Amino acid sequence: MKSRVHHAEQLTPPRIEVTGAGFALHGHWTLACMRPHLHTLRRDLASSAREISWDLSAVERLDSFGALLLWRAWGQRYPEALVMPGLLINSFERIQHPLEPEPPAPPHRVHSYLARVGQGLLEAGSHVRGMIELIGHVTSELWRLPQHPREIPWLETSAAAYKTGVQALPVAALLGFLIGIVLSYLSALQLQNFGAETFLINILGFGVIRELGPVLVSILVAGRSGSAITAQLGVMRVTEEIDALAAMGVSRHQRLILPKVVALTLVMPLLVAWTSALALIGGAMAAKLQLNIDIFNFFERLPTVVPLANIGIGLGKGAVFGMTIAMIGCHYGLRVKPNTESLSTNTTASVVSSITAVIIIDAIFAVLTRTLGVPR
Amino acid sequence: MSVVDIVDVRTSFGRLLVHDGINLSVKPGDLLAIVGGSGEGKTTLLRHIAGLSAPTSGQVRLFGERYDEGSYRERRLRRQRFGMLFQHGALFSALNVYDNIAFPMRELGGLHEDEVETLVMSRLALVELDPHTARQMPAQLSGGMVKRAALARALALEPELLLLDEPTAGLDPDRSAGFVSLVRSLHDSLGLTVVFVTHDVDSLLALANRVAVMADRRILACDTPEEIMCLDHAFIDTFFRSLRQHDEPMTPWMR
Repeated sequence: MKSRVHHAEQLTPPRIEVTGAGFALHGHWTLACMRPHLHTLRRDLASSAREISWDLSAVERLDSFGALLLWRAWGQRYPEALVMPGLLINSFERIQHPLEPEPPAPPHRVHSYLARVGQGLLEAGSHVRGMIELIGHVTSELWRLPQHPREIPWLETSAAAYKTGVQALPVAALLGFLIGIVLSYLSALQLQNFGAETFLINILGFGVIRELGPVLVSILVAGRSGSAITAQLGVMRVTEEIDALAAMGVSRHQRLILPKVVALTLVMPLLVAWTSALALIGGAMAAKLQLNIDIFNFFERLPTVVPLANIGIGLGKGAVFGMTIAMIGCHYGLRVKPNTESLSTNTTASVVSSITAVIIIDAIFAVLTRTLGVPR
Repeated sequence: MSVVDIVDVRTSFGRLLVHDGINLSVKPGDLLAIVGGSGEGKTTLLRHIAGLSAPTSGQVRLFGERYDEGSYRERRLRRQRFGMLFQHGALFSALNVYDNIAFPMRELGGLHEDEVETLVMSRLALVELDPHTARQMPAQLSGGMVKRAALARALALEPELLLLDEPTAGLDPDRSAGFVSLVRSLHDSLGLTVVFVTHDVDSLLALANRVAVMADRRILACDTPEEIMCLDHAFIDTFFRSLRQHDEPMTPWMR
């Protein structure tokens, strides 16, 4: 094989030679070649008097930037004493009568405080409207589908359940287990001071099953699946795949959104149960090490101190949170405009709003269920 | 001195062999068309030339140097000597047309903003786009305008070599004829070397002064369009069949 290394011709850098009569230019007067010498070239050209003679016959290549620099140095006209090969004139012609760019549209400036509030309200209103539309579409699909069982998107729903549920199991387990250990360990340290070690089971049981399990899993799923839903729908908007579906008469709400909402609503309670269980196991192990509470004893006492209603509340919250995350993910996904900037903005907004919404809904749950499952 | 030298290139993706000993050289001033059936690795060859991918074995030399040869600065300098037009334009969707075209110039640095403006507007004029397109976002443009804006960006630094991937795909015949004559006039006025991949017989005949035919993972032939059309090969027959059926000359070369 011929492996002799060829060396590229060295492009001769642009150079100004001062001759008796004036300036003679040499080399490649192109943007890339001029770049390293730009500062000196600018200075030399600026110091030149227009009246001197210019000899461009040794210029090997002149691009429109080179032409532009010379043209400006000449004060926007050809000098009287100019020697130039005819070919170069093309470069000058290209830059002599530049199109006027349209002035950039004045940025849409909001002047008064009131107007800004109004704009914010309109924006919020469009979100509320979009969300209501989405809920309406999903509900009407749910209503319609049992009458057309052939159209039920089984495959999409099961794929979404696998992606958002099954594949989240390992990371949810790790998260639950570690939080269980930390919570148990820290509580044990405090409870020891009061000699109230056995109450650790109450604290862990209530904390994890009723509150921490659902909220932790929601934050995890919002980051994992909420962002994925928004990004997927967003890219489908960018590549017009959603329009392609619509053109084939396939409802995007039925095929894309409903499966995700249903899957997350069904899968989240299971994920909550799984994570809470692992948190309790982690807590029990830490309790064994720290307070020497027998693991078997821990789980035997758990049902006696934590009423069953708490499991219902925990799982119910999981279902509601799952539905919220999926709806918000879809809502922002459908708002993506066909550019990368909008995709990233909407994905961020999707995750932030789902986590916020989950915590708000959690607070509402706390108020509504304050009398349920609490031993007196 | 060739602009591009492709020596004995073999490319395989896993077990799929795409190129099996490709040899090709592009001389300054060439308007070289690469044609071939789907999946023959035409775009891959173009990407090899641009240094976006590397062959499994063999050498691709651009301006006499391999894509990984030389210091970081030299490699960067070499990349500024060619422009590439991607099949779907690949305009930066978050930037408007003006900023897209200004991007390579601002990357280079050292230019004043008013100089950038003159150059951007001259590139827009070159590809025959209206000044008001400058402020539009790529998503607002039609397919043909995206191609033109992308061409303007590829020409931003006035490269010596222009690589075009399917320049006329997705354009209607009228637009595609306009695009071809645009590239041709740029070739004449800027002294460009052009390498392009195409499926379109009309644009091939209107633009190319040399044609490389890829078939069976090799370059079957590389010659002037007239010579290529006289060759006897199954692919060439089908490729030019539409013309032979018309049985009338469509370009000056065929008369």
